[in-house]
Amino acid sequence: MRAERVVSIARVRGMGIFLGLISLVMLLPFGFEVPARTEATFEISQAPALPVPALSMDVRLVSVVLGLVTAALCGVLVLRRSTRGAYAVFTAGVLCFLWSFLVWVGRGNSLNFVALLGLSLISATPIVYGSLSGVLCERSGVVNIAIEGQFLLGAFCAVVVDSATGSLWAGVAAGAAVGALLGWVLAFLALRYGADQIIVGVLIDAFALGFTNYMLEQVLSPHENLNSPGTFPAVALPGLSRIPIVGPILFDQNVFVYGAAMLLVLVNVALFRTRWGLRVRAVGEHPQAAATVGIHVLSVRYRNVVLGGLVAGLGGAALSIGSTGQFSQDMSAGLGFVALAAMIFGRWRPYGALGAALLFGFARSLVGFLGVLGVAIPAPFLSMAPYVITIAVVAGLVGRVRPPGADGVPYRAE
Amino acid sequence: MSATSGGRGAAPVGDEPAPASEPGVTPASGPQAPWWSRTVRLFGEANPLVLTVLAMLSAVVLGGVLIDATSTTVLHAWSRIGSHPGRALSLTVTTVADAYGAIFTGSIISPSAVSHAVSTGKGWTGVFTPLSETATYATPLIFAGLGVALGFSTGVFNIGAQGQLIGGALAALYAGFELHLPIGIHLPLVVLAGAAGGAAVGFVPGILKARTGAHEVIVTIMLNYVMIYLLDYLLTVQPFQQPGQTNAVSRVLSGTARQPHLFGSGLSVNLSFILALAMGAAMSWFMRSSTLGFSFRVIGSNPDAGRTAGMSVAKVTTLVMTFSGLLAGMAGMATLTGTDFYLSSPYGGNIGFDAITVALLGRNKPVGVLLGSLLWASLEYGAKNMQLNTGIPVDLASVVQALIVFFIATPLLVRDIYHLRQTGARGVQLFTKGWSG
Repeated sequence: MRAERVVSIARVRGMGIFLGLISLVMLLPFGFEVPARTEATFEISQAPALPVPALSMDVRLVSVVLGLVTAALCGVLVLRRSTRGAYAVFTAGVLCFLWSFLVWVGRGNSLNFVALLGLSLISATPIVYGSLSGVLCERSGVVNIAIEGQFLLGAFCAVVVDSATGSLWAGVAAGAAVGALLGWVLAFLALRYGADQIIVGVLIDAFALGFTNYMLEQVLSPHENLNSPGTFPAVALPGLSRIPIVGPILFDQNVFVYGAAMLLVLVNVALFRTRWGLRVRAVGEHPQAAATVGIHVLSVRYRNVVLGGLVAGLGGAALSIGSTGQFSQDMSAGLGFVALAAMIFGRWRPYGALGAALLFGFARSLVGFLGVLGVAIPAPFLSMAPYVITIAVVAGLVGRVRPPGADGVPYRAE
Repeated sequence: MSATSGGRGAAPVGDEPAPASEPGVTPASGPQAPWWSRTVRLFGEANPLVLTVLAMLSAVVLGGVLIDATSTTVLHAWSRIGSHPGRALSLTVTTVADAYGAIFTGSIISPSAVSHAVSTGKGWTGVFTPLSETATYATPLIFAGLGVALGFSTGVFNIGAQGQLIGGALAALYAGFELHLPIGIHLPLVVLAGAAGGAAVGFVPGILKARTGAHEVIVTIMLNYVMIYLLDYLLTVQPFQQPGQTNAVSRVLSGTARQPHLFGSGLSVNLSFILALAMGAAMSWFMRSSTLGFSFRVIGSNPDAGRTAGMSVAKVTTLVMTFSGLLAGMAGMATLTGTDFYLSSPYGGNIGFDAITVALLGRNKPVGVLLGSLLWASLEYGAKNMQLNTGIPVDLASVVQALIVFFIATPLLVRDIYHLRQTGARGVQLFTKGWSG
């Protein structure tokens, strides 16, 4: 048995060297090259009832201190012989870098920290749905590359149905239904007709893109009323939302965010604490063994892929009527693949995927914020960041992961 | 194990259909049956040709349904089916027929242009314009399709043709305006630069997969976005941006870096089309006759066997992605030096995805890729004529294309829909590998 995440000494050294490089960035461009006594202000108050004073920090001081901390962490990783706790050390270093980066970006300016984190949560929400969809499918042994297409078509149908009926909940239902439908198509072609799962998935993505582009041009452009949905308002949870800083970030969000949180717990409990979950995992790990004890492998997979499609469709609805409202061309923009990367990073566990989703969500919303602040970094590089992070995560940080044993392997009853 | 992908270990090297599916040697018809009976029986069989034709037919029919369902005139006529039943039916048919007719006349040959040329003796260029445009459209598809097909036949799924194409185009552009040489030296250098640019972008997912196990599907798609934004950036800075421009538009290629036209300046088909055919022939030879090509095929059909025989899976994976990227890079070079002469953003259109479909359609064989690309290009170019004449958006073509490949990728579904007899043929044999493969 291989461990779930194998960390080699070489990889830990690599992480250490990476930390060393970013500590240089923190010391020089973010630190000593900044004029003395430049301040960055973080506004952290949003609840008027409980005003919190804004936090001002000296850019050079903060960056230099954090840079030295990161350099020390680099030393820890490079010199130590054990690999235990390497990820924690590495994460601490990256967080230091993010802090220093934010301070540098906000120099001579004020940055609304609470709004940034709140937006990160909204950006992370579709990714959470997507990676949960991936977990549901892949734990049963089917690779769902179609998440991107399910996002796109789910977002599209949610917008159209909401605009047509005026009911947001009907939009949500439509998004979920069309996601489930695409899940069924994947299951039907891959399980019943033995088509290659990844190819069918990519085709579903291509189809969703072509179809929504066609409909956008042919139907939504002439009938603009079909592309004018409402959006779910933020619902402040009584009491909880009044907690300073944390309250407005976590407890003043729309239903999709709360839904994602509940689904996260639900999937985790169902997968690891129930008989159903045990069966799903058995089918994903060793279908022959599962079949021997009387589990119907193909129906378990069928059900999970449809369910996964439904969850991804919800994610699509979150993308459109859960945040921006209008449908635009290719609005998922590769987010389905980012969700898959989050799932892999989370080692096919819901909570693990959450961490990665939050990181991506933060990167995405930071890009938006930096654009507004007019930072010296060219806009294309900011837009590139989430994708580069995804590659780095998939290639560098994850290491050799162990997917479910029968993931992507077609099954046919003997 | 399912029927299409059954027997991964026992599969023959490459994806040659079983001999039983070859025309004329079908045991089902028996040696005594007369030749015409055998020929007729072939059409009821699930052999690759019939499956391909039926896949296209099914997609065209479904595309027709989509045209009707989104056409207001047809829907209006159907709402009055009670009073004018004939009108509803005829509109249903003519709307679809007009659309597909416009695709044909726009991309292959237009009878009215022919009769005009015959009667007046002039305008022969106009007769060949659609064919020439189709060949020009097909050129980058052939390059990129060959690249994807090379990956598929080695078990690597390259969705990154888009990014590799941008890499190739950027490199070719740089060589195209920075060097000042006579055309006989300049153009080959530009072609090589394009190939190298694509290969560099293809190398990244290859080496990452070989070294760290990062799945090429995710890495190539993410690289597509990275390259799209990189292009965005480069087009706004020197030396790439056209001086005096504020828009994201590149410098223009010097005249010595452009592909010469094959049949005079009136027809757009150019030397890069011949180059694409040559690459197809080269790949055909490479996969069939070279030692490296052999190890590609072995590792594609059974990595364990390859490993046992002493082949390095990591090395082959890296090489395949690099070659695949090289071909996709040449696609970017071809559009740049053949028709566009400068870059703008976004670049490359849908070629990345179309390359996948063309590779599937051509069953990963160079000749198949060539034919598939021509079909694709005719749909694509003809769709412009359709939009011009009937107002149906060009995106219909991509829907039909996606549907064709749906059916191509699921031969068993087509077999069941049309009640074809199963023969030894397995349809497309494709394996992509799971996350850890």
